[in-house]
Formats: sequence, C-alpha cells, structure tokens
Amino acid sequence: MITVEDLRVRFGGFAAVRGVSFAVGKGKSFGIVGESGSGKSSVLRALAGLIRDWQGSILLDGAPLGTHRPRAFFRRVQMVFQDPYGSLHPRQTIDRQLAEPLLVHGIGDIDARIPRALDEVALPANLRFRYPHQLSGGQRQRVAIARALIAGPDALLLDEPTSALDVSVQAEVLNLLADLQSARGLTYILVSHNLAVVAHLCPLIGVMLAGELVETIGVDDLRAGRIAHPHTANLRALAVELEEV
Amino acid sequence: MNESTKPAILLPTRASLRAWLLAEDPASRRQTAWGELYRGWCRFAANRLALAGLVAVLLLVLVSLAAPLIAPYNPYAQDLADRLRPPSAAHWLGTDELGRDILSRLIYGGRLTLGMVVAVVALVAPAGLLIGCIAGYLGGAADRVLMRLTDIFLAFPRLILALAFVAALKPGVVSAVIAIALTSWPPYARIARADTLTIRNADFIAAIRLTGAGSPRIVFRHIVPLALSNVIVRVSLDMAGIILTEAGLGFLGMGAQPPAAEWGTMIATARDYILQQWWVPTAPGIAIFIAALSFNLLGDGLRDVLDPKAR
Amino acid sequence: MQVEIEDLYISFPGPGGAHPAVRGVDLAMGTEKLAIVGESGSGKSLTARAILGLAPQGAVVRAKKLLFDNIDIASASPRALSAIRGRRAGLILQDPKFALNPVMTAGRQIAEPLRLHKKLSAKAARAAAVDLLALVQIRDPHEVAERYPHELSGGMGQRVMIAMMLAADPELLIADEPTSALDATVQAEILRLIEDLVSRRGMGLILISHDLPLVAHFCDRVVVMYAGRVVETLRAADLVRTTHPYTQGLLACLPSLNHPRRRLPVLVRDPAWIS
Repeated sequence: MITVEDLRVRFGGFAAVRGVSFAVGKGKSFGIVGESGSGKSSVLRALAGLIRDWQGSILLDGAPLGTHRPRAFFRRVQMVFQDPYGSLHPRQTIDRQLAEPLLVHGIGDIDARIPRALDEVALPANLRFRYPHQLSGGQRQRVAIARALIAGPDALLLDEPTSALDVSVQAEVLNLLADLQSARGLTYILVSHNLAVVAHLCPLIGVMLAGELVETIGVDDLRAGRIAHPHTANLRALAVELEEV
Repeated sequence: MNESTKPAILLPTRASLRAWLLAEDPASRRQTAWGELYRGWCRFAANRLALAGLVAVLLLVLVSLAAPLIAPYNPYAQDLADRLRPPSAAHWLGTDELGRDILSRLIYGGRLTLGMVVAVVALVAPAGLLIGCIAGYLGGAADRVLMRLTDIFLAFPRLILALAFVAALKPGVVSAVIAIALTSWPPYARIARADTLTIRNADFIAAIRLTGAGSPRIVFRHIVPLALSNVIVRVSLDMAGIILTEAGLGFLGMGAQPPAAEWGTMIATARDYILQQWWVPTAPGIAIFIAALSFNLLGDGLRDVLDPKAR
Repeated sequence: MQVEIEDLYISFPGPGGAHPAVRGVDLAMGTEKLAIVGESGSGKSLTARAILGLAPQGAVVRAKKLLFDNIDIASASPRALSAIRGRRAGLILQDPKFALNPVMTAGRQIAEPLRLHKKLSAKAARAAAVDLLALVQIRDPHEVAERYPHELSGGMGQRVMIAMMLAADPELLIADEPTSALDATVQAEILRLIEDLVSRRGMGLILISHDLPLVAHFCDRVVVMYAGRVVETLRAADLVRTTHPYTQGLLACLPSLNHPRRRLPVLVRDPAWIS
C-alpha cells in the first residue's frame, strides 16, 4: 500500500535520511527501530507530509506523492505522536479536538461520531468535555489515537506511541492498537527505539542506523537470531539481556 | 395532569450552580466554557490586590458612564467670581482657575481618559496579535517584512510622533489616539510572534496540519487563542502607560484641547497654581495615579491567572 | 553511611485539600545498591529527594525518622543540609540537557564542587576535573572539558554529571532515572559505569527507575512503590520469584522478544494496594 524508494531528507547540511526504501502491504505492519539520530522519525514525518524538503519517491497505492499533500491524503493516512502531553491542544476540550478533523473534511454527524470514537479507544464518555490537563498520559494517548481514527483512515503512522507512557499503560495501548488493526484492517508503520515493542506489533522490521536502513528482517528471524547486520545483533542482544530479571 | 405532577420551577441554588460549574465531567460545551471561566475567576479573586484593581477599574468605568447623573455641576460652567476656591461643602474638590467645579470635571474627564484608552486598545491589540501570529507562523519573507515594519514603528518615540501628527493634523483626541496607537502596537506583535514561534513546532499543531487544515484556519482557530493570553496581560499592564502617555500629551497641549475636561490637560492649565492652590492640579494627578495603579494591579492579577507558565 | 526513613509522609496542599504523594514509606539502607521502582506518580523521586531535603517548594514533609547518617533531615538547618548535599550525597538527574548549566563548560562545572568542598585552587581543580572525566571513561578528557553542555551527546552529558557528583567523594549517590533519556546502547554503559564507581569507592547507591528488569541487573535490593506506598521490598535476585501481584503485573506486562504473546497481560489495580 505504501512504498518508499530511495528517500532522502536533509536538514541544512545534515543528511538525516540517506536513501531508505521499503514497502508495506495493505493491512500489514512495518516497524522501524533505531536509536536517536538514526533518522527514523524523519522518515515518518516525510511520509506524513510534515517535512517538505525530501527527495526520492513515496507511493500510496501506486500513485506518487508530491511534497504538497492534498486534503484527501489526510483522510487516508494519519499520525500518532510520541508525547501525549504535546499532541493535544492545551486549551481545547477533547470534544473540540475530536471534532476538528470532521470539520476540516466536512464530515457531518459530529455529535454522534465523537462518542463512538471515544468508545472505540475504550475511553469513558464522561471525559468528552474535559481539557487535556485533566487526563492522564494514557488517556491522552488514547484521545490522540481516537483523533487519528475519527475520519476513517486506512493507514496510521505511529511515532514512538508508547515511549512516554508507564509500562502498564503501554501494554494497554499496544493491545488497543492490535485490536484496532484487526477490527479496521489498518496499515501500520511504527517507529520506536524499543525493539521489544516493535517486535510485538510488527511482523516485518527495518533497522535504521545513521540515516540508512541497514537491515529489513522478519520478526521470527529476529527472535531466532538469524541476523545479517551487527547493529541489529547488538540491539537484539541488549533487549534480550535487559528484559530478563 | 393534576396539581401534584405539575413540575415545580427549580431556581438554581448557589450551591448547585457552583457544583455545576466545577463538575469534573462537564456534559456540554457550554458547561465546560462556563466552568473554566469560573475557575479562572476563583484564581483571580484569590489575589486580593488584583481584586481591588478590578473593583477600582469597574468603579471608574461606572462613574464615567454615569457622569451626567453623578456630576454635581456642568464641567464647562464657569464662575469667575468663584475661582480657585479650596475644597468645601459646595465644591468637594474646590474650583479651578475658571471657577469650574473640579469634581465634575474629573468625573467627565474620566470618560475621555477611559474612552481614549479603550480606543487605543481596540486598535492596537487585534492588529498586533494578528500581525505577530501571521509573521510567526508563516515565517520566511512574510515574517521578515512584517518584523521590519514592526521595527520601524518601534523606533518612534511616542511623544515625538504625536508632535509630528499635530503638525500634520490638528491637535485633539483623534490625533492623540492615532499617535499612541501607532507607537503601541509593535510590542504586541512581538509577543504574539514569540508565542507563535514556540507553539508552531508543537505536536498538536502538526496534528492539526495533518487534518489538511489550511494555514488561515490553523493561525486563527488554533494559534491566536493561545497567543491571546499573553497579549491580554500585556494590554492590561500597558493601560497604565497609555493613560500616562495621554496625560502627557494633554499636558503638552497635544491631546484633548481646552475646555475639554481631560485629566492631563487639567494639570497643564493649572500648573501655575501648584504652589498656592495645590488642589487644582493635584486632584487630576491623583486621579491619574489611581487609574494607572488599578490597571496595573488588574494586569498583574490577569497575568497570574492567564500565564500558563505560572500555573 | 546509613539512611533510615520511617513513616515518611509528603503531601501537597491544594484547592481540594492536601494531596498525599508519599504515604507512610519505610526504607533503610547502608552501603549497598538500592533500587526504588515505580510508575509515574508512585512517589519514588520524592522519597529519594526527601533524603537530601530537596522536596519541592510547598511540599509538607513529615516522618517518624528521616535520618542520613543519624542526622535528622527534617529538622536540619540549611547549613547542615548544604554540608550534606553535594559533599556527602550527590544527585544525578534524568536529562543532562536540563541539569547542567548551559553557559559553563563541562570542566568548570566539575571544578566547581572541587573548589567549593575540597578547597582546591583553580588550577588544581581544573586538573582534578580532567582526571574525573577520564575516570568516567571519556576518551578525550582535555577536549571535552572545554565543551559546553549543548555540545555533548546524551551519554557524555550524563558522564559529566556523574563526574560532577563524584568530585567531592560523597558517600551516597542518588540517581533519578539517569538513563531514561538515553539510547539502549548507552544506557547499559552508563549503568555499568555507575555500578563500577560505586562499588570501587564503597558508596551507597539509590537508583530510581520505572524499568524493573533494568534495575534488577544493577542493584542488590529493590523497593517497589505504588501510589505513594511501598508495595514490596526484596532482593534483586528474588524478583523473578516475586509473589506480589503488582510486581508480577509490572513484570508480566512488558513485551518480550523471547516470549511473544498476542495480547499483553494488563495490570489490574487492586484498591487494596492503596488502603
């Protein structure tokens, strides 16, 4: 469904992404794992259209995307951000923020859709008119997911969606993402520095190092240790070593 | 339907209204909006000085509006036989050099002063806010052009510009308001731009961009409301300065012209009498002081409530 | 060096009454490596900071015992407290970007406690600072000493903070989420460094973290906190055999490479834990 070919992103003189290529099928999940500075977030932001200055090609269902995205693109592809405290407007109620995508796309029936959206992410209806600062981090992230889904996209770009959450809340959100994917047939591209989280949700994983995609590996191969690139092996060893008590 | 099932008209009691406003889970947009307003009010009212400032400002406004009803004498009625009288039962603040009642002139003068302040703010705050937000969000050439424009106006000292305006137009309230407005808007543009620069990189703005919203919608619906609080705070703190500038212009003969009862003009025309009949220039001076102080206290209180960093 | 806390209560006054953040915590440690683990809001950071008298402004702190080496922290004078802070006990924070002074070079910041607590001359302090940077395994200590915090990577910034805190030869080191802002590869190195330095110098270590398996590798004992209370205290080696449902739940809800599961078990909070 989404194909990326030789994507390059520069920030001034610095090459953040140097020729990354991968493809994600419809309804599938692709994970990108890498440390800070590896360029993984830049790949996602270029996909989302938040970064205008990129080279290479990005194809959505075979059709190439330009640097400027038409509004119809945003009905098909949405993004969930890392920081639940920064991704919601501090002065707008949850209700208003969930209504925004519907208003922009001219989707009607707002008053009925909002409670449905809250229900889908297992948030109680009484939170509807609260402000973000009255919600916990996990609740805010659920609102962010509800906002991303409310206009009915086909694909979600997830930028470290659970990195800022407590482990117990992370487990709930990961379960929620898995449930939503099977219920709606969503395509996921998940970016994280946490290999265990990526391996949990994504059958296919890309490993990024210094702007390059050094390996693309299936999750079974990763678990079994059939790894080609030393950086991947290093990440796996660290994850395994530190996850057992 | 018989008597016992007729619904009784329930007037909200104070306790139930408060509970409705402070409800943890509001059930409608109206309830949230009113609740936030009430919470803000409680925080504001907890600050005694700010409350005093608000009360003083409200009193000033009320007195000015009710001037025809409250003022004991016509502010322009001269009585040269009765000039420069000290405060007495007939004239609570005495009479000025033309025998006019000072108290009445103060009350009517409040109208001019507050009217000019409101006129300036109504021109300056929206313009500065919009220019700053647009410049901050668009960046690039638009930002550079708007900021250079801001710099140009920032470079003018108020009084000199007022003198220049007087040379071009005639001295009076209108030129004074224009002169003050033209030199007051740059700081608001800067504040709004600074806030916008911080806000526009936030994830929630990125999320709104990802709905496909265009720049105008993002700036007006999402960024301006956030930049508004700092501008409001600055406005209320600046009001005192505007009052002083008006008074200064009036004192120089650039503002409201005699026989208009403007506080600054009153001081100017009475400055020869400061040693002997001290009450004539002092009364308007104290009025200016009280007005400026009240706005300052109000502004401080508003800042404590509205500034998100102070929370 | 002994730390003794008995029945510690920390609360914050608020519009709806006092909000209790730490509720009756008991803790005792000697020269060992202790981990305090909990989720956000568990009170772990506050508890550790209370040992240094560093609870935030407005916090109400009371305890039956709050002793650092038999000095009562709750009633200590500011002078007595400043004799402890930095000199006898150090605090390493999460993000060196925010914890280091942005307008002072790394070398100067490390030299500062040396001049203050050890009364070294400027020249001697500079030389000692370079030695400390070498001690924390920075490859070019002379060059790094001249750098400003924004020119340091996350891992290097943390090493600079560790060097700063070790400068006065403290007896206790409190590390508040020292590696949460760092990449996995650097995390392990920094924790090993801390563990090594603490062991060699005979210091006590309090490591605060939300990452239970991580601290289990580096500490002798673990204190698990939830909602301001201590839920369990046990040796790190016994963690895998824990029977407390909260600790078990925390361990079970982590996604694992070796034990893949379709759904992660969700922590069900028992109100009895807060009673």
